[in-house]
Order: sequence, then C-alpha cells, then structure tokens
Amino acid sequence: MLTKRIIACLDMKGGKVVKGTRFKRLKIVGDPIVLAEKYYRDGADELCFLDISASIEKRKTRVELVRKIAEKIRIPFTVGGGIKSVEEISGLLRAGADKIALCTQAILDPGLIIEASRKFGSQCIVVSIDAKKTEYNYEAYIYGGKKRTGLDAVLFAKQCELFGAGELLVNSIDRDGTQEGYDLELLRNISGCVKIPVIASSGAGNPSTIFDALEKGKADAALVASILHNSEYNIQDIKKYLKKNKVNVR
Amino acid sequence: MMIAIIDYGGGNTGSVKNALDCLKLGSKITSDPADITKADRIILPGQGRFSDVMANLKAGKLDRVIKSEIRKGKPYLGICVGLQILFDEGEEDPGTKGLGIIKGTVPRFTSQKVPQIGWNDIRLMKKSRLFAGVPKSAFFYFVHSYYALPEDSSLISAMTGYGIEFASAVEKDNIYAVQFHPEKSGEDGLRLLKNFGDIRC
Repeated sequence: MLTKRIIACLDMKGGKVVKGTRFKRLKIVGDPIVLAEKYYRDGADELCFLDISASIEKRKTRVELVRKIAEKIRIPFTVGGGIKSVEEISGLLRAGADKIALCTQAILDPGLIIEASRKFGSQCIVVSIDAKKTEYNYEAYIYGGKKRTGLDAVLFAKQCELFGAGELLVNSIDRDGTQEGYDLELLRNISGCVKIPVIASSGAGNPSTIFDALEKGKADAALVASILHNSEYNIQDIKKYLKKNKVNVR
Repeated sequence: MMIAIIDYGGGNTGSVKNALDCLKLGSKITSDPADITKADRIILPGQGRFSDVMANLKAGKLDRVIKSEIRKGKPYLGICVGLQILFDEGEEDPGTKGLGIIKGTVPRFTSQKVPQIGWNDIRLMKKSRLFAGVPKSAFFYFVHSYYALPEDSSLISAMTGYGIEFASAVEKDNIYAVQFHPEKSGEDGLRLLKNFGDIRC
C-alpha cells in the first residue's frame, strides 16, 4: 500500500537554509548539504528546497547546489523558487532534481504548467500555492506572500490539475512557522476537488498536527520544517507516532 | 565493469549514475550504439513519455541495438518507462509500439490518484537475484501513471498494490525491469542496483 510521505522542507536564502514565521522574520538554520544528508539519514521520504530569494545570479549557483545534493542523497527531491522557464526547469532536472515546484510563475503564466508538464511529464511538476484565509474563502498570493491575486486558491488548485500539474503543495500564509497545526479546512477543500496528490505545508507542530493533516486534511504527504530544524522532533519520532495511530508510513 | 546508462534525452540519467558511482560500479551515460555494444550491462532509466522515449530511441537507432544486445544475453535493467517500453504497446499514446520484447500492454491507473507518487511496498513473486538480500519490509519509490500488464504472469517477479495489484517488477532471462526507482529508494534501492552489477553475464 502506498504510504503517506513526510517531506523535510529547506527554505533557502543566500545559499543558507532559513526559516521564518508567516513568511517573515527569517532566521538562518544551517548549511543545505549538511541538513539534506541529515534528514535523508533520519528517514525523510523526500526533500524539498524552496529558494525564497531566487534572483538571477543566485539561480546559477542553485544549479551547482542541486548537483551537489544529488550526489549525496538517494531519495527524491524537489526544487522551487523563482522558476520562470522550461529552460531553467531542464537545467535543474539535468543537475539532478526530481521535481520542480512552480510558485508565482504558475499564477502569472499558467501556460508554463502546460508546457512543462508536456515536456517533462506531470510527475515532475509540482505547483506550490500560497493561500491566505479571507472572510469568505482562501486567496492565492504571489511573490512570497507579498502580493494578493484575487484568485480563489481552491479554484486555482483545480486549474493546476487540469493544466497538468502532478502534485500540489499547499502552503498557508497564516500558519507558516507557527507550529499551531496545518490549516485543515484549506487542505480538505483542495484535497476534495482534485485527483492528484496534495502535500500539506505550513503549521507542523507536534506529531498530532501531522496526523491531522494526513487524516482530517486528507493530504497525501506532509511538509515539515521548523520542528526538524530546531530538533524538537526528528523524522523517526513523527513516523513512530503516525504508525502508532495506524497511518501507513515507511 | 562498464554499465551503459542509455541517454534518450529525457531520463534522470544523472541520478542513476550518482547511485552507481556511490556503489563504485563503472558506468557511462551514453546514446552511442558503440558504447552500448561494448558495455557489460545496460540500464534504461525512467521518466519520460512512452512515445517520446520510443521516438528518441528510434531516431538514434538505439532500439535495434538494445534489442540485439538483449538477445545476445547482456543483462538489461529497465527502470520505470524502461520497463514499460519492453512491452508491445503503451496506452499513453495508442498506436505507439514498444520494443515488443515482452507480450502485454501498459494501461493507466483509473481508480486512484494519478500519478502514483511515493513509497510503496512490494510482494516478491519468485526468487530473484535482483532482490537478493532486500528485506521483506522494504519500500521503494514510485512515480508513474501507467503500469505493465504482462500476458505471461510467470514473468512477474514482484507485485504492488495501488487500487489494483500490478506488476512492480518483471524478469525474463537476462531482462530485469522495475516500475519503481531504485536510484531514489535509499539503501534498499542501492542494494538492488548492486545486485544488478553482480549478475553474471
């Protein structure tokens, strides 16, 4: 039976792993290669590198970093942040990335989802959606949570599926870095309307919050960052808890 | 030892090479028929659309080389789409012929989320040198929307459940093929690749 995945997320800025709260107040956590190897050894099912400062210059160094990571770890990893073209995607996949996360560009230019999934296959195109609760619904944001779009995040999720995305990474701007638990309503709404895997993100606290995202939020995988970075829990702690509660994990 | 990792333009050849490097197994990413003829073994890695992979192999006349080397008894490991193209035809692009080495088709999952992405277990169906020493509880990483349906079920070496039970590994003489990605399946995946390297030619 297919297991639920625990994905260690490494937000990157200036070549370092960082972590913020509600997309702000970034703190440096450590070196990406050291942490990638550690989380791989600890039993992470996947890794996810999201470059939150992806300027043009830094993107060149990113290809090099991806190459180094690919040499060290034997599990799949996703790379995202500021990716705008199929050429860029091709370069990152060639360097060893398994999947690409499209964020802002997926909203500014949804045609890129179609183009990229046709060229590289749906399985390697993840669309990362930054959502924020409003009075009535969830709104999708771009530019790292800085700019609102007026788009309904759930409808946009459905559109991504139709355009060929292979997976959706669902972030909650309200919960990011808070450790207060994932936004279950957001997850349920999106999981309920698409037939592609949904990755829950933002809000992981103690292992029961991860259980909730997978069971109540109907997510297929959970992204975890802060609680790993500050060593509150390691991957095995989380998996032990999930196993005890009858969630199928590796 | 030289393993030819076949480069058809779309596969994750680098990941396979990284894994083989880590096992100290010599390999070369190549699309040159001469390299494939000279190599001790062949790996056709995954990722890519059935018709694209076949078109690229044909354009470089690699389909014929692969078939003739397999016929000569050279060990072949197909990963993901490298398993699927062994069959007659793929449903991904109706009418596109595969290598036709194994009888059967490649249908799409219908009852579950597509693609299947993630770690799934396997049930070994026969004794296999490829899986020697791999623990029963092992999980492997799968990413695919289509699966192989061989006419001859005796060729199935492992089964996996995803809505239905499908062939996650097939084996026929010197042909080994797996639907999952051993190069992305941690230590158990490395073990499998090592076993492939140890198979006597």
